[in-house]
Amino acid sequence: MSLLIEVLSAAFLLTGGFLCITGGVGMLRMPDFFSRVHAAGVTETLAAPLLLFGLLLQMEWSLEMVKVIMILIFILATNPTATQAMAKAALNGNQKPLVADETDTRGEGSSNS
Amino acid sequence: MRMHYILILIVLFVFWLLLSGHYVALILAFGVISALLVTYFLVRMDKVDKEPVIFRPGFAALHYFGWLMWQVVLSNIDVARRIWNPRLPIRPQWQRLDIKVSTPMEKTLYANSITLTPGTLTTNVKKDHFMIHSLDPDGIEELRKGEMEARIRRIGV
Repeated sequence: MSLLIEVLSAAFLLTGGFLCITGGVGMLRMPDFFSRVHAAGVTETLAAPLLLFGLLLQMEWSLEMVKVIMILIFILATNPTATQAMAKAALNGNQKPLVADETDTRGEGSSNS
Repeated sequence: MRMHYILILIVLFVFWLLLSGHYVALILAFGVISALLVTYFLVRMDKVDKEPVIFRPGFAALHYFGWLMWQVVLSNIDVARRIWNPRLPIRPQWQRLDIKVSTPMEKTLYANSITLTPGTLTTNVKKDHFMIHSLDPDGIEELRKGEMEARIRRIGV
């Protein structure tokens, strides 16, 4: 049983870590501010919860578990608010989103930024 | 209305208890005082903006959040695949999305749910529409089908 939990926890932590890297790579590859926001979203909305779940599985029953769950809830609750504030600030700063041409075929619309 | 504030007081104090983990009389008294103080501020602020927000997460809301988390996982996988694809298959869109939800609570929930799922992002909240930035036209098409909106309306906040 404990081995199962150990393996599950490791799987969560590894997936979470991989998604963090994915978010970072996305930040570098995306062409403009608004598409970078989506890449950053991967880190916050799935990678962080997976890491926290992985940690939860390794913890003993205590008040600390409640705190980790609270961190989880707060991350998920504040992420959209912060993201929206950033997007609004960018728009107010005259950053216009880069929009793919309708005639572009899938996969070629992004490289020419 | 008084019940509403008493409930908030209790929730605040329980929250404080969970955070502190100390059960000595003096410390508990501090907790009671701070919970009372926050409730007092809340009463005063509700008098100013005259629209106290009452949100009781019931079973319907929990069901919605469960569904939302699943959508978050799915769209995360989608965005992650696009990021690792060497051709970077994205077609960013910035379009208007007409909405049917009208109450401030529903609009907040809808706008935040859209932003929480990677691949779609609410940039503006207007009276009868949102501006949506999407990594791919599919993201906006999915929203136009209105499943998320229908589910939010079903909670009825």
